[in-house]
Amino acid sequence: MTSYVIRRAKILGGEPTDIAIEDGLITAIGTDLTVDGATEVDATGLVALPGLVDLHTHLREPGREDAETVLTGTQAAARGGFTCVHAMANTDPVADTAGVVEQVWRLGREGGYCDVQPIGAVTVGLGGTQLAELGAMADSAANVRVFSDDGKCVSDAVLMRRALEYVKAFDGVVAQHAQEPRLTEGAQMNEGLVSGELGLTGWPAAAEEAIVARDCVLAAHVGSRLHVCHLSTRGSVEIVRWAKSKGWDVTAEVTPHHLLLTDDLVRGYDPIYKVNPPLRTADDVAAVREGLADGTIDIVATDHAPHPMEDKECEWSAAAFGMIGLETALSVVQHTMVDTGLLTWEQVAERLSAAPARISRVGGGHGRPLAVGEPAHVVLYDAEATRTIVPADTASLSRNTPYAGRELPGRVVATFLRGVPTVLDGQLQEVQP
Amino acid sequence: MKKHLLSAGDLSRDDAVRVLDTAAELLGVAQRPIKKLPTLRGRTVVNLFFEDSTRTRISFEAAAKRLSADVINFSAKGSSVSKGESLKDTALTLQAMGADAVVIRHHFSGAPHRLAAAGWTNGAVVNAGDGTHEHPTQALLDAFTMRSHLMPDGGTGSDLAGKNVTIVGDVLHSRVARSNALLLHTLGANVTLVAPPTLLPVGIDAWPVRTSYDLDDSLEGADAIMMLRVQHERKNASYFPSAREYSRRYGLDTTRMNRLPDHAIVLHPGPMNRGMEITADVADSGRSVIVEQVTNGVAVRMAVLYLLVSGATNEEGEGS
Repeated sequence: MTSYVIRRAKILGGEPTDIAIEDGLITAIGTDLTVDGATEVDATGLVALPGLVDLHTHLREPGREDAETVLTGTQAAARGGFTCVHAMANTDPVADTAGVVEQVWRLGREGGYCDVQPIGAVTVGLGGTQLAELGAMADSAANVRVFSDDGKCVSDAVLMRRALEYVKAFDGVVAQHAQEPRLTEGAQMNEGLVSGELGLTGWPAAAEEAIVARDCVLAAHVGSRLHVCHLSTRGSVEIVRWAKSKGWDVTAEVTPHHLLLTDDLVRGYDPIYKVNPPLRTADDVAAVREGLADGTIDIVATDHAPHPMEDKECEWSAAAFGMIGLETALSVVQHTMVDTGLLTWEQVAERLSAAPARISRVGGGHGRPLAVGEPAHVVLYDAEATRTIVPADTASLSRNTPYAGRELPGRVVATFLRGVPTVLDGQLQEVQP
Repeated sequence: MKKHLLSAGDLSRDDAVRVLDTAAELLGVAQRPIKKLPTLRGRTVVNLFFEDSTRTRISFEAAAKRLSADVINFSAKGSSVSKGESLKDTALTLQAMGADAVVIRHHFSGAPHRLAAAGWTNGAVVNAGDGTHEHPTQALLDAFTMRSHLMPDGGTGSDLAGKNVTIVGDVLHSRVARSNALLLHTLGANVTLVAPPTLLPVGIDAWPVRTSYDLDDSLEGADAIMMLRVQHERKNASYFPSAREYSRRYGLDTTRMNRLPDHAIVLHPGPMNRGMEITADVADSGRSVIVEQVTNGVAVRMAVLYLLVSGATNEEGEGS
């Protein structure tokens, strides 16, 4: 196995230092390291972070290989600095059996660009009426610990209670897509000033907050872990803050796009901005930034949601919900949180690597610090760079980025997965799975 | 004027007055034995209707034909659209046929914006009603009708400064209300929207209008009152308890009409639910200008097509 010496990297933005990688492990950290036969990687001026972990990725395979495959999605992930992604269950067939989750897990291993940890569906076929075989998925080779009907809400309170209770048997967590279905029938965008003007059916913040509040109380009642997917409103942040103040085991995520974009962008009716949960107001954006900064929101997760062109090149109401985000996530976090002084790089590593790995109980050394003896999952990031986002410049099969033409800071220069570079000089590398 | 007419908000006060004045001139054509002008000869106007609306379609069709344009009616029903063709491909097809203007009616809010902004057609796009968003030519014909009754000398050259207009009904789902609120405000009128709270959109506080839940409080001083169509199905979604309760609280009957000032007029964009938002007595009364609205609709649409299509060549390179 090739050895590497990374020269003058700023670990978590600190003082420049060398990092030696041998046999997939970090073997030394210090100045002027020498390793026989090692490949030198000049990281002068670059920030070194632990490999990023995404708790919320739609890889679309099986079923929608026209939008994304496990291979292309993990290549996009590698280019974004991720070494582990969690594949959401809303594929076709749904990842609601041991067979499907093992298939997705195996496809990730065969690609070799990123570890793929499948998420299992909570209910059969995401139907919301009957529990899927959660235990079988937990016991499978995919070793599933996170369960979610993402895309749909487990709206039935009894079923949600049972799911929360049941997964305690194997230290699982239910990741809820909080959307009260009756309050969001036909909903197209955030309900507010803009939806009223545009004549689009509104999606009230209350539809999210009602479920977040209910689930926090349920999780406390049965003593379970709850994870709130992509929360997007000030009210949700306040409810999670309150739940945490009670000592309840609740974690929450925010997407990069909810840290940056607002519902004003909908005014042109361009479905590139159509996403679930919808883009909210500037006040909500401020609230999720505050929540992420003070730790109320534990993690950033991409909700990378690839869609083919034809599902976005149409009328707003006919378009699919979702945006891609793996390759822009770190840049958006830098822009919204680091450059604004809200987070340090150390806190970025916590929220994009350590915490998501902890929530999902994923193995493989993901989320571990950059320290001697740890698996070499490393990202080298040029925080001084700026780039203009070009939709075609992506490893994803889909182009539905909301940042087209926007200038964002930062660029992933290299990603190492267990000591193997998946990306070097910003370019995807050939990897041996 | 902008290249397209997508929203009543696209029109400045001067643009709007120009459309109304042009319509006033063109209205005379309808009174001639030969109701035709050569203005748009050789131009093609496409009526692209994704939603059934015979009234609006024939109004645009008559308008285009009276200007001597060639008219293509493209109805989504029974066409390739019903076989799954996308808006994009439909638009590219019309573009290939050389449409100078596309009049689009669509069940989805914002479809005309997509058509205009996505570069699928070079023609002027006229919004003939999109979802629950806007219907700008309806607002123009309403303003035209109000101006001719309420302003001195038939209103030519003037706006609606200081006039009080009350609009009653399902504002939440009404494209007519949205366009009227914008246009009437631009023209200087004072607009009051009256509806049960369930049928007013969130965020309406930011609109340039007054709102009220009480029709009886909103009659005095109104120079014009416009009753919006309310669909019976709304009661199934609990927007109001029953059609009868709606009528009692928000319907215009003779008693309420008699409390309006003597000069006040009654409008309705049609089609009416007689007995629901308006009684037959009111609809057929001398105050009602509902039939006149239809006549004015053709003139206003002639003016819009004339200004957008002939203006596009006269002022090449300008103002899009």
